[in-house]
Amino acid sequence: MPHSHPIELLRFNTCGSVDDGKSTLIGRLLYDSKSLMEDQIEAMEKSAAITGGGQINLANLTDGLRAEREQGITIDVAYRYFATPKRKFIVADTPGHVQYTRNMVTGASTANLSIVLVDARQGVIEQTRRHTLIASLLGIPHLVIAINKMDLVDWKEERFQEIRDEIEDFLPKLGNFRDVKFIPMSALNGDNVVDRSTRTPWYEGPALLHHLETVHIASDWNFSTFRFPVQWVNRPNNPTDHALHDFRGLSGQIASGVIRKGQQVVVLPIGIKTTVKDIWNYDHSMPEAFCPQSVTLCLEHDIDISRGDMIVGLENLPGRCADLTARICWMHLRPLQAGKKYFLKHGTQTVQAVVTQIENKINFDTLEPEAAPPTLAMNDIGGIRIKTAKPLVFDGYQTNRLTGSFILIEQGTNATVAAGMLSAPTEAVRPEYTDFDI
Amino acid sequence: MSSYHLDHLQYLETEAIHVMREVAAEFERPALLFSGGKDSICLLRLAEKAFRPSDIPMPFLNVETGHEFPELLEFRDRRAKELGAKLLVRTVDEAIAKGHAHPAPGEISRNKLQIPVLLGAIEEFQFDCAIGGARRDEEKARAKERFFSFRDSFGQWDPKNQRPEIWNLYNARVNPGENMRVFPLSNWTEMDVWEYIKKEKLEVPNLYFSHERECFWRGGQWLPVPPLHTDATKPDPFAGARPKPNESIKKMIVRVRTIADMISTGMIESKTDTIDDIIAEVAAARVTERGTRADDKASEAAMEDRKKAGYF
Ligand SMILES: Nc1nc2c(ncn2[C@@H]2O[C@H](COP(=O)(O)OP(=O)(O)OP(=O)(O)O)[C@@H](O)[C@H]2O)c(=O)[nH]1
Repeated sequence: MPHSHPIELLRFNTCGSVDDGKSTLIGRLLYDSKSLMEDQIEAMEKSAAITGGGQINLANLTDGLRAEREQGITIDVAYRYFATPKRKFIVADTPGHVQYTRNMVTGASTANLSIVLVDARQGVIEQTRRHTLIASLLGIPHLVIAINKMDLVDWKEERFQEIRDEIEDFLPKLGNFRDVKFIPMSALNGDNVVDRSTRTPWYEGPALLHHLETVHIASDWNFSTFRFPVQWVNRPNNPTDHALHDFRGLSGQIASGVIRKGQQVVVLPIGIKTTVKDIWNYDHSMPEAFCPQSVTLCLEHDIDISRGDMIVGLENLPGRCADLTARICWMHLRPLQAGKKYFLKHGTQTVQAVVTQIENKINFDTLEPEAAPPTLAMNDIGGIRIKTAKPLVFDGYQTNRLTGSFILIEQGTNATVAAGMLSAPTEAVRPEYTDFDI
Repeated sequence: MSSYHLDHLQYLETEAIHVMREVAAEFERPALLFSGGKDSICLLRLAEKAFRPSDIPMPFLNVETGHEFPELLEFRDRRAKELGAKLLVRTVDEAIAKGHAHPAPGEISRNKLQIPVLLGAIEEFQFDCAIGGARRDEEKARAKERFFSFRDSFGQWDPKNQRPEIWNLYNARVNPGENMRVFPLSNWTEMDVWEYIKKEKLEVPNLYFSHERECFWRGGQWLPVPPLHTDATKPDPFAGARPKPNESIKKMIVRVRTIADMISTGMIESKTDTIDDIIAEVAAARVTERGTRADDKASEAAMEDRKKAGYF
C-alpha cells in the first residue's frame, strides 16, 4: 500500500522468560498483518513437516540462526519489520534466557515501547521483574504487559487480575513509564493480538496491534534543550571553488531540541558563545532543524572545534565533570574490574575511564539495591562511580537518553562490556564566555 | 502535537547518515561497496547527504563475478564518475587466474567465489571498514546482523559473539588486520528503499523496469539468456549457464526485483514503467525478493553459512 500521508515509525521490543511465547507473538503479528510472504510460509511449512507435528511453528520465523532452530531457543536479538496502513514497526525480539539479558538491553535501548510477556500459568517470576526494571531504567516511555497463554488458564479473569495486581504492586517502585497497558492474550491462537477476542468479554481494552498503532509517541523526543554532539568536521578545502574553500561545517545528529538560524549557542567544553550562521543539509540551507535530524551547522566565528565537542543552547546547560556516577548493565563474561582502564564512548567521543567504586547491585527479587558488591558480572545491573581521563559534557540519562548514555569497551579485545546511564549532574557547567562574547 | 515530526523515511535517513559519519570519523581506511543495485544506490545518496559539500571521503569498491548484466556495469561506472568518487574493481576471473579463488568442479555460480575476492581486496587496500547495503529484512540470518558487524582477521562473522549495540553508540574499534562491515540500511525494508528512490528521484538501472528479454526456464525460475560469447581466446564465462537444447527460449516482458548476477537472477514477468508501478508491485508481492534468487534457495541456512565465511 503506497501511502500518501506521512507514516510514523514505532520501535518496540518483546521480552519475557524462556517459552513465554515472544517469538510466537511476533510471528502472529507478522502473519495476521499479512506481512509474511509465500516463500517464508512455504519454508516454515517445509520445516514443520520435517521437524514433526506438521503444525506451522510461528516461532521459526524469528529464530533465524541454525543453532536456534536446533535448540528451539532464541539466542540473539532479531529485528523484524512490518507495516500496517497506520504505522511502520521495527521489532526487536529479545531473548528470555537469563544469560542473554544484555541482548534485551540492546534491543530495548532504541525502543519506544516494550512488551513484557508473562505466562498466565506461571505468573510473575524474576524475569518479569528484571525485564520491567530494565525497560524502566532504559527510559522506555510505553509499557505493555502481555499476559499470554490465557487459553491454558481457561480465559479466567481472576487469573489475569491476580497477575496484574502483583505487577501493579511493584510498578510504583520503578516509576517513570508514561503509560502501561495490560492485555490478556493467546499468541498461539491470535486472541487479542490483531483483533479483540470473543473469549475475553470481561476485557475492555484494545487488542495489542490497535494499541501499537495508536499509542502517542510524537512527544517521546525531547524538543526543549538543544544538544548537538559534533560528529565530523566538514571542511571541503577546495582551492578551486571559493565558496567551498571557506566552508567550515560541523556535522552531527541533533540529540535533543531545536536549532534556528541566528540562534546563540555555546561550544563546550571550551565555553565559547557564538551564533549559528547557517544550517546546511546536503544541497540546501534550512531555517531550523530539530532532533533527531542529521545536519551540518556553520557558526559565526571560526573556532577550533573537533569531534567530541558539544554545541548546546544557552538555557539548561549540561554538566561537565570527570567524576561521574552511573548505573551500568554489565554485558560480558569477564566481570567488571574496578581500577582497570576501559574506553568509554559517550556521544561522539571516546576517553579512557576507570571504575573507582561499585556502589551497589540490584537484587531482582526485591528490586532493591544491595550495597558494596565485590563485582558486577554478566547481566548484573548496578551503581558505580567512574573517573574519566577528560571531563565529559553530559546530561542525566533520565532527561536525555543520548547525552546521558555511554558504553564501556575493553582495551585489547575491544569487546563492548557495559551499557551505562549517567546520573544527573550536580551542577551545570559555567562557561566563562571570554572570546567572541556578543 | 509539535510540528517537529519525522516520518519513517526521514527517521531511517537520519539514522543511516549518522552511521555513515561514524564510519568516516572512526576509521582510517573505509570503503563503500557499490554494485549499482537499488540498495547501494540509496547508499550513495546517503553518502552525499552525510558529507557534502566535501567529497565523499572513501573510495567505492565492487567485486565482479564476471556474470554481471552489462547495463549494470555501465551504470556503476557512470555513477561513480558523476559523484567524483574513485571506483576500485576486483574480479573473480583475476582471482582465479592468480590462484586466489578456486571454482568447485561443476559449480557455475560464482557467488561463493566473491568471498575470497572481497577479502583479498580488503587486504590489498588495507581497508579497515567496508560499508554495504544489506538490510535485515532480506533474510533470516541478516535479521541478526549489527549495524557495525565485526570481522576477525579471517574475515569471519561469529553470530553468537556479536558486540551488543546500545543506543546509537557504535563500537568501531578494530585491531590491525581485523575489519568492520557497516550496514547503514539495516532497518530499511524493500519498500522503504523504493519509496526513498522515489522521494529522492534517484536513477536506477533500466533492468528494474520492464523490458523485452530472451529467457529460459530453469530451477523454477526464468533466467536471462547470457550474452553471446565473442572472445574465443578466453573460456566462455557463461559455460553451463546457457540454455540447453531442451530448454526453450522465450521472448518476454520482464524485469528484475533484485540484481544478483545473470545466472542467479530470476526475471519476473511484469509491466512496470515507473517507480510508482514498482512500488505497487512490491506492495502486492507475495514472495520475498530473495525468493527470486537461486543462491538463497539452496538450503535454509545458505545465507548464514556464506556470511560466516566472510560474505556480505
Ligand atoms: N497454549 C499456548 N501456547 C503458546 C502460546 N504462545 C506460545 N505458546 C507455545 O509456547 C512455546 C514457546 O513459544 P516461543 O514463542 O518459542 O517462546 P519464546 O518466548 O520466543 O522463547 P525463547 O525463544 O526460547 O526465548 C511454543 O511451543 C509455543 O507454541 C499461547 O498463547 N498459548
